[in-house]
Amino acid sequence: MKSLAGKDMYWLVKREFWEHRGGFLWAPLVTGGIFLLLNLMGIITAEVIGARHGITIGASGNLQRVISQMDAGDMSQVGLALDVAMYSSMALIFVVLGFVVFFYCLGAIYDERRDRSILFWKSLPLSDSETVLSKVVSATLVAPVIATLAGIAAGILQLLMVAVTLSFHGINVWQLLMLAHPARVTLNMLGHIPLYLLWALPSVGWLLACSAWARTKPFLWAIALPVATGLLVTWFGIMGLFNLSAGWFWQNVVARALFSAFPGASLVADDDFIHTGNNNLDFMNLGNAYRLLGSVNLWVGVVVGAALIAAAIWFRRWRDEG
Amino acid sequence: MSAIVTARNLSKRYKNATALDAVNFEIQSGRIVGLIGPNGAGKTTALKAILGLTPFDGELSVLGYDPRTQRGKLMEQVCFIADVAVLPRWIRVREAVDFVAHVHPRFDRAKCEAFLKRTKLTPDQRVRQMSKGMIVQLHLALVMAIDARLLVLDEPTLGLDILYRKQFYQSLLEDYFDENKTIIVTTHQVEEIEHILTDLMFIRDGKIVLDTDMEAVGDRFAEVMVNADKAAAARALHPLDERQVFGKSIFLFDGADRATLESLGETRRPSVSDLFVATMKGTYA
Repeated sequence: MKSLAGKDMYWLVKREFWEHRGGFLWAPLVTGGIFLLLNLMGIITAEVIGARHGITIGASGNLQRVISQMDAGDMSQVGLALDVAMYSSMALIFVVLGFVVFFYCLGAIYDERRDRSILFWKSLPLSDSETVLSKVVSATLVAPVIATLAGIAAGILQLLMVAVTLSFHGINVWQLLMLAHPARVTLNMLGHIPLYLLWALPSVGWLLACSAWARTKPFLWAIALPVATGLLVTWFGIMGLFNLSAGWFWQNVVARALFSAFPGASLVADDDFIHTGNNNLDFMNLGNAYRLLGSVNLWVGVVVGAALIAAAIWFRRWRDEG
Repeated sequence: MSAIVTARNLSKRYKNATALDAVNFEIQSGRIVGLIGPNGAGKTTALKAILGLTPFDGELSVLGYDPRTQRGKLMEQVCFIADVAVLPRWIRVREAVDFVAHVHPRFDRAKCEAFLKRTKLTPDQRVRQMSKGMIVQLHLALVMAIDARLLVLDEPTLGLDILYRKQFYQSLLEDYFDENKTIIVTTHQVEEIEHILTDLMFIRDGKIVLDTDMEAVGDRFAEVMVNADKAAAARALHPLDERQVFGKSIFLFDGADRATLESLGETRRPSVSDLFVATMKGTYA
């Protein structure tokens, strides 16, 4: 029976992928492709302008000499710069992922209710729990894994592009690549997926619940309810009762409901992470990132998210489409 | 014969209307039941209750399951076509077949593909590229390949042309229906299905006003064509309905004595649509 349920889940997730191939697969690939293309064009433009004005950067092995004269500290700065180049090529993909997941969750149940195809899905022996969970899995696992893989591919291509360009100016490609940490960057990105999943749950749950509940305009409800609550809380100073500021409510309730599905939201939410970074990329390292598992914010979010997902299941089961 | 569906005091109340008012009925195995009623009479609500799509009051047992709590089990043996065009618009024929084949334990893929071969549908075609008729062909191919004990059809041929409608019911009868299966169908095109029905249920204002099998319809109801001189005598027998055709009156009687009727004029079995119109008189007044 268990393996049967697993098979149903596999096909349900596959069905979500079929429907949302554009958002899950093509959006990150196209974003990565465009980013690389723009970079390539930038590099070519720079080379052309450079050549036209007779600026020959390191043509006589000057740059190579510069590198060979660098001390360990400078070297690590070069490595850092290359890592930043890798991360930056992924950043855009993850912004896109945030939007994809946000709108996917908002439409996941509402769309099938609106075009009444929910009646077709409900004519099959699949429970509402399985179906809604398959949507949670698609949003928090399938989409981010694909985006991460696309991001890693784009990052490596970006790194090679920079390295090859510099090699035209007499710099040893291998030496340069040894300074960067593509393996660490890759590992960091993959390692962030479980954290993303946990952090995104309240948002995913809230949006799915709105998607299953709203008769019309789920987008408006999803935004308006938390924002209106936030305004009321601010206006009447309700948080004062708990010795908390209205800002606390905005940051920990409104923002958590709406923006947790955007990658990196957890970094912004916890001031510590930015500050421990001391200008480095340390905050991306998993050792630092996984300290998030010790935060109350994360686990309260997980519990609230689970409750909202249960609500979405209940609404999908009993909401009468009339 | 065993009861597939048993309803006791089945009620459903919306905010300001009663859709089903303590309804009782039983549907036996191996029947084709027409559930017929005017708009808003409660047909769709009854079907939704049977399919576990809506909460209700009272008792309802479908294949021995309670549709409210055992929907998962129930749907392995129940199929439904809710309306035309409820297949998701993005899905391809190939994907739909693949998906149902893997999640439905009683689906026969070979059978489905054989049905599809008889249509113009191609594996890569998406639902959004199909006409209404083709969508129904796909849906029917999926449903007929499922060995279900109960098939529920809610206005399955709405908006289809006559060729598709005829083909739809013909396929159902020839390739699907047998004594182990039961079909419940609602439609407004009564004339087209009356020859395939074995049972008839009329529903009006949330109540079952007629529940009978088709053979009993002929025994119980009769239409008599009466000349003007005998019209008064016919009216004295309290007909359900009276209408005029070519200067003669046609009366519809419920349970009147057959010999008396024959003395008044030519008798015949009424059509379901005439019976329906007579029964529902004044519904929208």
